[in-house]
Amino acid sequence: MASSIRVRATSNGDITEVQTLIQHPMDTGLVKDPKGELIPAHYIQEVKFACNGKDVFVANWGTAISKDPYIKFSFRGAKKGDDLAISWTDNKGGSDQTTAKIA
Amino acid sequence: MTTTTGTHPTRRLILQGAASVALIGLGNLPFVPARAAANDKYPEEAFKLKNEADAIKALYGRTAEPSDKIKLDAPEIAENGGVVPMSVTTTLDKVTSISFFVAENPNALAASYKLPEGTIPAVANRLKMAKTSNVTAIVEADGKLYSATKEVKVTVGGCGG
Repeated sequence: MASSIRVRATSNGDITEVQTLIQHPMDTGLVKDPKGELIPAHYIQEVKFACNGKDVFVANWGTAISKDPYIKFSFRGAKKGDDLAISWTDNKGGSDQTTAKIA
Repeated sequence: MTTTTGTHPTRRLILQGAASVALIGLGNLPFVPARAAANDKYPEEAFKLKNEADAIKALYGRTAEPSDKIKLDAPEIAENGGVVPMSVTTTLDKVTSISFFVAENPNALAASYKLPEGTIPAVANRLKMAKTSNVTAIVEADGKLYSATKEVKVTVGGCGG
């Protein structure tokens, strides 16, 4: 299966800009389906970004993050060709991870 | 996806949800210990609280002061509360964490980001908003808390997905 994580990491020499899109329903647990049954909460709780063995960004999320979440941030200390490891875990124990090369 | 006619039941649903969460939130309140944002664990309790002030307290253990060094970029009017893009940038030094709170959502705390040394204090994401509400960005810098608030008007409620 294709990864649920899409990443673009670009370096301008000093600063690396990371844009990430994750495919996830991010159900709040407050919405009913067409049959009137409550859709149980299902959302990503934590997303971690690590580069060269060091965490560079950690996101803690509640249910108020939009479906198919997007995040953008930047960090120093990486160069072109370095690996950026991204992983997420959700409230049902689901998880996914991927590695992107910084371009 | 719901159609236009489906938005009204959804809105009612949000209110019901908000009410029940309020009860749970109050029940938990006395047992929530003050915890530092530096804590590595997922702040489960803070995400369950309904009230914004309580959530800030549960996450950081203290209150924030307004700062003009934080720029909270969010739309004046959001046509779709399900996807409201917003971002925070700040000129403050030694930023260790940035959080987003939506006061009128069923749970005020939307997202909390930890920024280790070397990470630029700027983050962009997309939030759900149940209705028109103040959005607050909290920035923890050099051990102190700073905030910036902006009202976002929502024309169609957000939790329909």
